[in-house]
Amino acid sequence: MFETLTKRLTGSFSLLRGRRELTSDNIQEGLKEVRTALMEADVHFQVARDFTSRVETRALGDQRMQGVEASEQFIHAVHQELVQLMGPEDASITFAAPGPTVVLMAGLQGAGKTTTCAKLAVHLRETRHSKVLMVAADVKRPAAVEQLRVLGRQTDTPVFHAEGKAPPEVCRLGVAEARRTGADLVILDTAGRLHVDDEMMAEVAEIAALTQPDAQILVADAMTGQDAVRSAEAFNQKLALTGVILTKLDGDARGGAALSIKQVTGAPILFVGTGEKVDDLDAFSADRMAGRILGMGDVVGLVDQAQKNIDEGEAQASFEKLVMGTFTLQDMFSMLGMVRKLGPMKKVMGMMPGMGQLADMDVDERQFDRLEALFHSMTPRERLRPQTLDVARRRRVARGAGQPLGAVNDLMKRYQQMGKAMKKLGKLGLGSKIGGKDKRAALAGLSGGGQMMDPSLGRGGGLMGGLGGLMGGAGAGPGGAMPPGMGDMDPASLMGGANAMGSSATRQSGKDAAKKRKEKAKAKARRKNRRKK
Amino acid sequence: MGLLDRLKQRLTRTREALSDSISGVFRGGREIDQELLQNLEEALYTADLGPLASQLVAEIERRHKRGELKGEEDVRACLREQLLGRLDPGGEPLLTASGPTVFLIVGVNGSGKTTSIAKIAHRYTQAGKKVLLGAGDTFRAAAADQLEIWAERNGADIVRQHKTGADPAAVAFDALQAGVARGSDVILIDTAGRLHTQTNLMEELAKVRRVISKVLPEAPHHTLLVLDGTNGQNAIQQARLFTQTVEVSGALVAKLDGTARGGAVFAIQEDLGLPIHFVGTGEDLQDLEVFDPGTFVDAIVGSPAHTQS
Ligand SMILES: Nc1nc2c(ncn2[C@@H]2O[C@H](COP(=O)(O)OP(=O)(O)OP(=O)(O)O)[C@@H](O)[C@H]2O)c(=O)[nH]1
Ligand SMILES: Nc1nc2c(ncn2[C@@H]2O[C@H](COP(=O)(O)OP(=O)(O)O)[C@@H](O)[C@H]2O)c(=O)[nH]1
Ligand SMILES: [Mg+2]
Ligand SMILES: [Mg+2]
Repeated sequence: MFETLTKRLTGSFSLLRGRRELTSDNIQEGLKEVRTALMEADVHFQVARDFTSRVETRALGDQRMQGVEASEQFIHAVHQELVQLMGPEDASITFAAPGPTVVLMAGLQGAGKTTTCAKLAVHLRETRHSKVLMVAADVKRPAAVEQLRVLGRQTDTPVFHAEGKAPPEVCRLGVAEARRTGADLVILDTAGRLHVDDEMMAEVAEIAALTQPDAQILVADAMTGQDAVRSAEAFNQKLALTGVILTKLDGDARGGAALSIKQVTGAPILFVGTGEKVDDLDAFSADRMAGRILGMGDVVGLVDQAQKNIDEGEAQASFEKLVMGTFTLQDMFSMLGMVRKLGPMKKVMGMMPGMGQLADMDVDERQFDRLEALFHSMTPRERLRPQTLDVARRRRVARGAGQPLGAVNDLMKRYQQMGKAMKKLGKLGLGSKIGGKDKRAALAGLSGGGQMMDPSLGRGGGLMGGLGGLMGGAGAGPGGAMPPGMGDMDPASLMGGANAMGSSATRQSGKDAAKKRKEKAKAKARRKNRRKK
Repeated sequence: MGLLDRLKQRLTRTREALSDSISGVFRGGREIDQELLQNLEEALYTADLGPLASQLVAEIERRHKRGELKGEEDVRACLREQLLGRLDPGGEPLLTASGPTVFLIVGVNGSGKTTSIAKIAHRYTQAGKKVLLGAGDTFRAAAADQLEIWAERNGADIVRQHKTGADPAAVAFDALQAGVARGSDVILIDTAGRLHTQTNLMEELAKVRRVISKVLPEAPHHTLLVLDGTNGQNAIQQARLFTQTVEVSGALVAKLDGTARGGAVFAIQEDLGLPIHFVGTGEDLQDLEVFDPGTFVDAIVGSPAHTQS
């Protein structure tokens, strides 16, 4: 269907490749591609046009960087400009001095307001120890009040509603209730409304007038198309928005609406929603969002996730072994464990540069389970000395895991290919120290020759390579569809065979989610302590 | 305000916003030149037509070069013709001659599934049919309560579970059995919203479908994908993946009462040939219309009738 931006840019950059200077002539083709690509990502045409003219000015005005090709400089300008427009990243809600702080949530129907109220309540309670009250002021959608009440029970957050009262009055009473009960944060959940519905827009303005919110937040769906500009503009006119929360980023929408909304409202994006559960609320990262809109993948996100979930020492040890050529099946096993800690494969894949195109593909977590079963069926000695795995032993391993012999052979093939690929990367200069900032670069850089990436992320090998290797060069992955640089590490076939990859999004009950949240908080505390040491 | 007045108001509201863009391009009696063509392409883009916008304008340019297009109205007619040629009017979904007709309603989160079910139920209860709703969204907070309220307003039956996290396939199974036993004419099964990229949730949906077929081999007779009309190009991907897992038979485009024009459906039709049965034009029971290609296209290119009325 669409060419991804990555492909497009690669095309237009090839025009620039080898050239030394960017001129207003040779840059035009690239600009046109950028604009088309943005529009395919649902960025509003006007916003896309403004963007390209900014990029033009920037690219031509930038100091020529020594030893950098014109094409690279152009990519840099595109990415930087977009990151700059999407920011700031660290905006937050302004809290009122004596309180309670009032937060008004508004937006179109079905955008995710009610769910986001609960997410925000949980987040601010955890990070700021806020005492939260949620106010159910949607009297239009059937059972909307009950929906918020259920979410309140799930998250131990009180919910206020005044039966039979009009929404502005419900909100006013809600704020009074917060004062009475000593809550320092009130979140107002309002009904979805269309920006052309004058009556409903007047209602939300009245709510704002009565409650004087400290934050007026537009909740918008990442899948929104060109219309985002019109609706955001109208909400901004009525409410003078102080922030935006973008929902449903867990899908494969490119999210161009984010740029449109940012441009027309000027309001910072505060958070992004990445799932239906109450803890699926992430900090906004301009870099990630830019990468996503440009189809470059969420490299930074992946690195962050890696840092959060992976034991540094363990990771470093495996990487070093990898590049030193002393990589064993045991290392591959622990690497598999690390990769799995990153989260559901689909999420991981989505974050990898250029892997966006594989969004159609299914990632079957069970494939990983099967791999793990094979490792478990080996003796520790076999894992440390892969060469001892002869046919008889392989047969035993297969039987132990309840899988055919071919599965073990596949695994061995992958193991060998991984070793080879890693050695190559090692030669690229990653062998030495991997730690701290270097490790970050290594983790990120692996994603390939890196020509689509921010140069600052460096090149070389690391986790992604490991990932690629795990997935194995074998099998029938759509190798042809890979972005430049993924080369021999075709992550698509990681699991050997393209078929079944997929997300493990499960629908946890509220209780499970609460448990997970607690664990997450504990892990956070642990990480903090570790850092202090 | 009466129903007709409201409808008229809605339609004109939409139409004004819509025809605006193309009339805007021609405002001041501009000639057809490169700049105008580019503006035209942009105006078309705002209807979420995606790459189709460029194709349409390329055709306009070709015909203009042959001297076939004089001004605004010719351009409009040419666009209308091209767009209409790409639309397959789904018409109203057919009901079976005997036994219940089963609808399975699917779509991404918040697209408008439950409300659309309420509207379809309204349509059939008004026509004297006996309707039963199955609350297959066992995940979202208060989803079954939402459907139950709609069932009450419609005087329709409902089959639901009271605990969240129940097996949606089991609810569908119960709904079908109840529908058969009570002699329902129409059974509408609601499902939880899910993003098409969530493989195991999609698999769950496939299971719901299989279970339905177990009770009645020819059911579901219609698997309707509810698309949010304000979505952009992602709608195409939704249609593709939902069709892959649950053999979607037709689409309903909701939320067309705003300024969004749902232009992604052209690509969807081209790609998958999915017929569009209904459009949603509001939050109330009567805000459902059988999809009419002419009206839909007029909303994009603007209608000359609008200047007369
Ligand atoms: N303006 C307008 N709003 C609509 C239309 N259809 C649905 N809505 C609104 O959109 C919101 C979401 O609708 P639902 O029917 O709950 O959507 P859903 O797909 O069932 O949502 P989930 O089950 O949460 O995934 C509600 O506020 C509806 O009132 C429509 O045609 N026009
Ligand atoms: N996948 C996903 N679904 C979401 C997200 N946020 C909300 N939803 C779902 O979107 C639907 C509409 O959300 P709701 O909060 O009721 O929207 P509201 O109408 O704006 O209040 C529900 O099915 C939610 O579970 C998100 O970030 N990701
Ligand atoms: Mg709501
Ligand atoms: Mg629903």
